[in-house]
Amino acid sequence: MASTVTTPAGRARGTLRASLAEQRGSRGDLVFRAVLTIAAAAVPALLAVLLMELVRGSELAISRFGLRFITDSIWDPVAERFGAWPLLAGTLLSSLLALCIAVPLSLGVAIYLTEFAPRAVRQPVAFVIQLLAAIPSVVYGLWGIFVLIPLLRTTLFPLLRGALGFLPLFQGPIYGPSMLTAGIILAIMVMPYIISVSREVLLAVPGSQREAALGLGATRWEAVRTAILPYARSGLIGAVILGLGRALGETMAVTMVIGNRNDVSASLFAPGYTMAAAIANEFSEAVKDIHLSALAYVALLLFVVTVLVNAGARLLIWRVARGAGAGSGAL
Amino acid sequence: MTPLTTSALPSPVPAASLTTTSEPPRLRTDKLTAMYGKSTAVSGVTLGFPANQVHALIGPSGCGKSTFLRCLNRTHELSDGGWITGRVLLDEEDVYDARVSAMVLRRRIGMVFQRPTPFPTMSVYDNVAAGLRAGVRLRRGETDEIVERALRQAALWDEVKDRLRGSAMALSGGQQQRLCIARTIAPAPEVVLLDEPTSALDPQGTQRIEEVVVELKGDFTIVIVTHNMQQAARTSDTTTFFYLGTMVETGATRQIFTAPRNEQTEAYITGRFG
Ligand SMILES: Nc1ncnc2c1ncn2[C@@H]1O[C@H](COP(=O)(O)OP(=O)(O)O)[C@@H](O)[C@H]1O
Ligand SMILES: [Mg+2]
Repeated sequence: MASTVTTPAGRARGTLRASLAEQRGSRGDLVFRAVLTIAAAAVPALLAVLLMELVRGSELAISRFGLRFITDSIWDPVAERFGAWPLLAGTLLSSLLALCIAVPLSLGVAIYLTEFAPRAVRQPVAFVIQLLAAIPSVVYGLWGIFVLIPLLRTTLFPLLRGALGFLPLFQGPIYGPSMLTAGIILAIMVMPYIISVSREVLLAVPGSQREAALGLGATRWEAVRTAILPYARSGLIGAVILGLGRALGETMAVTMVIGNRNDVSASLFAPGYTMAAAIANEFSEAVKDIHLSALAYVALLLFVVTVLVNAGARLLIWRVARGAGAGSGAL
Repeated sequence: MTPLTTSALPSPVPAASLTTTSEPPRLRTDKLTAMYGKSTAVSGVTLGFPANQVHALIGPSGCGKSTFLRCLNRTHELSDGGWITGRVLLDEEDVYDARVSAMVLRRRIGMVFQRPTPFPTMSVYDNVAAGLRAGVRLRRGETDEIVERALRQAALWDEVKDRLRGSAMALSGGQQQRLCIARTIAPAPEVVLLDEPTSALDPQGTQRIEEVVVELKGDFTIVIVTHNMQQAARTSDTTTFFYLGTMVETGATRQIFTAPRNEQTEAYITGRFG
């Protein structure tokens, strides 16, 4: 039959068809690309929707309280008066405390693991530390209630009050649940993140830097201080920021140990409250529109604080990395 | 001369170890063998480096030149599994003696590496001053003097004197390497080790470094590893040929390059292998 005869023209058409198939292949590429683009665009879009929802939800509270919401300290659902200052201060203070405790310890552990530890323990210890990051925060909270609080109440807190009691920070009655307890539990929770990232950053410092310092007659510690830490500094700041981000938003464990009292106290032994804890505690019980709206306003505030802190951190890293150009690659 | 050990007793000079020259070499090795775990990188090298000369180490890649050099200031022991047998003597004092501090030793035997290694976060000035001891309180003016002298000796002063506070990373590769030389000589070591210092540089950069090396021998004893035969011929007073971890031949550079006694040396120098 004529149609089965392969003429040169037919073959040519065949080739043409093959190349059409190839084009279809590249159409597959287009589809793939479109899917990826949508996925990538979904993240900022989601963020925008979230922000819009938060603003819409808090409209009532914003129109009622305005910016006074941030500085006002009274939170009274019955009287329909809402001010988030204690929550804001509690969030910032507990995170700051956590960093004060976690940063030196984490850097110490990371430096030890990369520079000083016997080779055989480096990898296993690093692995165990990463495991710590996988423990659910409610478990940390329970551990805080049953182990940490009784321990602190009988040992560290009385000791601190005895030694540093002349400072307002360490005065007043010791209940157990407190701002300091929250800071400590947060520190424990963010340390795995800070350690893991700083360890990666320190591992990325070229061996030639270490050798250059040691070749000048530096001790191990001097080599760390003069060559390794400066080289890695922007990456290390990044590690700390990651920890701070975790601390600001942490909810469950903090709720369980901070005491949930809407109050700003000079004493770290006094109970406090955070934005995340307040939202978690009250959202399911809130019935009045204004109460719900106030909680949405708190969420908006938390959102803004987190964004501001991260933007500030980026700026810091950028300024530190400029001129040095080192270590930031690990971010 | 500050002794390496805390006890100031001078080690007795074993008469038999004296070479034919009247003075013992500033630095010498005695049956030095260097290992990485169980594998041998350098075996049984006995070699002396008289003061105020440039000594070149040549040989094909992987023959143990770097490892040998790193044994001299005890940086070999920083490598994974690095250990040695035999002795390294600086002014006839065993640098591997248990009482010797590797830190003190490395201040007396400085080292320049293959690739320039300036500290990127420090200024030019701070890089040069980095090796000056924090413990030894220097007056501001003194540090300035030392930094300037080191930079002049490294032939870098004129190029950087107006940007001492600028970042060291803004310098060219050749300038960075001369900066590293300045950093190494600022604390006034007695010996300077250079491990292929020009292999990452362009011809001009290489030439400047070679000029600096020749200049420096007035103040230092220099051991330079190079895979560039012309460089060895141009800069050095003595040349030692390494092959497969052993020392094959050593002698005056002129003799090695014009009348090598060993066939392998001749083959390498005439470019028949390596
Ligand atoms: N860190 C190390 N661990 C194990 N073996 C090494 C190490 N560095 C070098 N070696 C081995 O030691 C030998 C000598 O290397 P090296 O001293 O670097 O030679 P060269 O500088 O002459 O090129 C080579 O066989 C090399 O593979
Ligand atoms: Mg080498």
